[in-house]
Amino acid sequence: MTPIAAVNDFVVKFANVNGSGSASANELFARAILRMGVPVSPRNIFPSNIQGLPTWYEVRVSEAGWLGRRGGVDLLVQMNPQTWDADVAELPAGGYLLYDSSRPLPPGRLRDDIVVLGVPLTRICAEHYQDPRQRQLFKNIMYLGVLSVLLGIEREAIVRLVGEQYRGKEKLLEANLGALDLGRAHALAHFPDGIGLQVRAADAVGERIFMEGNAAVALGMVYGGATVCAWYPITPSSSVAEAFQKYCQKFRSGEDGNRHAIIQAEDEIASIGMVVGAGWNGARAFTATSGPGVSLMTEFIGLAYMAEIPATIVNVQRGGPSTGMPTRTQQADLLSCAYASHGDTRHVMLFPEDPAECFAFAADALDLADRLQTPVFLMTDLDIGMNQRLCAPLAWDDARRYDRGKVLSAAQLEDGREFGRYLDADGDGIPWRTWPGTHPTRGAFFTRGTTKDPWARYSERGPDYVYNIERLRRKWRTASDLVPAPVPTAAAQGARAGVIHYGSTSPAMAEALAALAAAGLHLDALRLRAFPFPQSVLEFIEDHERVFVVEQNADGQMRMLLVNEFGVDPAHLVPVLHYDGTPITARFIVDAITAVLGASPVRPQPERVS
Amino acid sequence: MTWIAKPRLHHPSLSRNAVGYTRRDYEGKVSTLCAGCGHDSISAAIIQACWELDIEPHRVAKLSGIGCSSKTPDYFLGNSHGFNTVHGRMPSVLTGANLANRGLTYLGVSGDGDSASIGMGQFVHAIRRGVDMAYIVENNGVYGLTKGQFSATADQGSVSKRGVANSDAPIDLVGLALQLGATYVARGFSGDKTQLVPLIKGALGHRGVAILDVISPCVAFNNHAGSTKSYDYVREHNDAVNRLDVIEGRAAIAVDYAPGEAIDVVQHDGTVLRLRKLDPDYDPTDRLAAMAYVNLHQARGEVVTGLLHVDPAAADLHGHLGTVATPLNQLGVAELCPGAAALEKINAGLR
Ligand SMILES: Cc1ncc(C[n+]2csc(CCOP(=O)(O)OP(=O)(O)O)c2C)c(N)n1
Ligand code: SF4
Repeated sequence: MTPIAAVNDFVVKFANVNGSGSASANELFARAILRMGVPVSPRNIFPSNIQGLPTWYEVRVSEAGWLGRRGGVDLLVQMNPQTWDADVAELPAGGYLLYDSSRPLPPGRLRDDIVVLGVPLTRICAEHYQDPRQRQLFKNIMYLGVLSVLLGIEREAIVRLVGEQYRGKEKLLEANLGALDLGRAHALAHFPDGIGLQVRAADAVGERIFMEGNAAVALGMVYGGATVCAWYPITPSSSVAEAFQKYCQKFRSGEDGNRHAIIQAEDEIASIGMVVGAGWNGARAFTATSGPGVSLMTEFIGLAYMAEIPATIVNVQRGGPSTGMPTRTQQADLLSCAYASHGDTRHVMLFPEDPAECFAFAADALDLADRLQTPVFLMTDLDIGMNQRLCAPLAWDDARRYDRGKVLSAAQLEDGREFGRYLDADGDGIPWRTWPGTHPTRGAFFTRGTTKDPWARYSERGPDYVYNIERLRRKWRTASDLVPAPVPTAAAQGARAGVIHYGSTSPAMAEALAALAAAGLHLDALRLRAFPFPQSVLEFIEDHERVFVVEQNADGQMRMLLVNEFGVDPAHLVPVLHYDGTPITARFIVDAITAVLGASPVRPQPERVS
Repeated sequence: MTWIAKPRLHHPSLSRNAVGYTRRDYEGKVSTLCAGCGHDSISAAIIQACWELDIEPHRVAKLSGIGCSSKTPDYFLGNSHGFNTVHGRMPSVLTGANLANRGLTYLGVSGDGDSASIGMGQFVHAIRRGVDMAYIVENNGVYGLTKGQFSATADQGSVSKRGVANSDAPIDLVGLALQLGATYVARGFSGDKTQLVPLIKGALGHRGVAILDVISPCVAFNNHAGSTKSYDYVREHNDAVNRLDVIEGRAAIAVDYAPGEAIDVVQHDGTVLRLRKLDPDYDPTDRLAAMAYVNLHQARGEVVTGLLHVDPAAADLHGHLGTVATPLNQLGVAELCPGAAALEKINAGLR
């Protein structure tokens, strides 16, 4: 058996028990490597339970900068006896296993084709700490100490991070560093030479930041001027509202009061109802939810579409249908959001690829909702929402002004210009509106979901209905010019095949394209960033003999949208579908594409998706 | 055409209120409800109340759910913005609207089907939050718009027009509102305008959530023998608690009163409610007593009307949230956006 040897390019997986306090040590591990200038991408894999159940944290270390999930594990930190067998089985020959050797293992539980590193963590803790909670917690920081020696992670990097974490809490700081050094001392005594996997300081991180998508969305809402947030808890979106609360507290609370209103509603119906009410009354409002929440909201979403009221809905997608896989990731709500509600409805959706775009698109969504007077979905997923990603620093231009759309002021109404609430005055399908209370005698109208004439008067006349629907379609075309444009990436050499993808697939896609190109398969890529699709998307499809549509759902929902909106031949679009709840890997994409293009596979081992 | 414009011929001698409007300025479109529907009387009472309160019509936001009752906001305050939302969910929309602009007067209109059936949850939570609004339930015990099914306020044993007996127990919205701590709880009868107008005025002037359950007979589906919401039944069983007048702009008068005398309750907006206490033992500031009183009379098969409870020191949702005095919809980028420099600091903390 030859132990795996790699520098700055490997995967470490931590197997823990939910509630054991391991999260912060695991995150420290990832951040310490980042501080050494080496890119990392961690992923939380956790069950839909609070305590006692297995939870994993997987960190990919990649100096080349690949941030998708790689698949496979090189080093396993096994702290959960419950999942021992399955986890250990994941290690390839030559892989490493670090485990708590305080108690002897029953015979036959260890493989002899891997490197086994036993550290009696429980025993060391028992010797040094009295308090049972400390004994539990310090085990985590202790294995971090062991890992720092094994992998060559600078102690200083960890010390600085711990110092930042416990600033002003000297006692905790000291205690944690003590535990770290206990682990280091043990490792230095027993494994002085480290192992074949090594972290070496590099300069591959640059100015990038390390952030969760949900927090980035929340901050984008603050910067974008959302003042009303109404929400109902649901994994994986709850931390959007919680982060919004935190940022508002910091930036929006003054002596004169809070410049925001956050309501934890009684359910999703009420959440979206509040957003619609606030939007009707001229405040920027949003809600954050996930699939089941969107299902409940659909009646209101239809009302907002028909009555033309701005509303921003963040959908952090998870595995469906129903409660499907509540703590796993998917991109499977496309169709249910694109056409949410009964009747002929169509909704704007934005697809950010990482936290930097989550931030930017949150503010854009508020602008678009106001400009278009319609619901706008910000479609993220658990993979971006609840994992920290390395991404470009968040950017804001202080010259930016909020686009409040076509709102008539009292002065404009006073000028006596014609106001028909649902009149297509400018030919772009977007009517003018007024906010309640603006003018004593002009501009008032009655808002309803029922059909009306251009002056907002109730009407069941067919021609009035058709006028309205035709105008909404014009508005939809206007929207396709206003939403973020798709991002093309041209292949190094002329390509006959193309790939369309969106959202959180970006890092895996980038890596896959590079791997395919290295094997002589060149593909142009187009990353969609919004629905409705601009015309350039159709051009991309028409310019390529065959277009792969890569997405994380079983039905090929983006492909269906493309077929439906453009009427293209479905045979032209080849689905590449990953939907087991884990984030898509480059390996998976490469295998699927090479299988179709008939070339010899770039990688020998296709990953199976059950 | 399903709407009818009302001729806007102002008689020069129509009297004007303190803000310069005639009663006509508080009217809306011509009602399309059945002639004699109790809901139209409530609309008339709302018009009267707003005119008397000198509220500028355009400073009212009127929101409703779905139902005959919920159509009525189109028939009053034609210069106000109205919003006919979805069935049973007016309270959440109104809550959002109120959060966006605390400077307007919020009037929510609903039906008993709308509020006590599909919208029970939102009714309850609006009360719990203390949304500053006058919430009027036009309660006829049936679904009018869908033609006569029982609503959740229909009494057990009452018989529908089609001859079906209701086997379910009713929900009493007033009892529920008291239980949940609504800070203004009243019940009126659409046919008793002398009592209803002051009750509406009180509700509009109240800061906090004001629940006004108005028995409003449905001439089409609930005005037959066997119904407990018919004009005749209610008139027979109506036990008036008190009468109230609104006195504008006066200093507060102490709440200290004896049977048969008057009680003045000062509201946040400065209006004063004068309560004429008919029942010698009744104290509207005592919520627990109100609950007992309502329950007692309910057990006797009587409908209690009047101002059952008011908390003159009530706070509202904005008070709970500590929001700024400026309406949120008037804040701009300068007040809301932390700016690029702050973002740079945030970025630095994420490395
Ligand atoms: C989600 C939904 N379900 C059902 C309906 C049909 N609907 C319209 S009005 C109504 C009942 C209205 O009754 P109520 O609130 O008592 O008002 P009324 O017409 O008696 O004044 C129903 C069930 C609807 N509009 N929406
Ligand atoms: S059906 Fe009943 S509630 Fe509806 S308008 Fe007619 S009388 Fe009024």
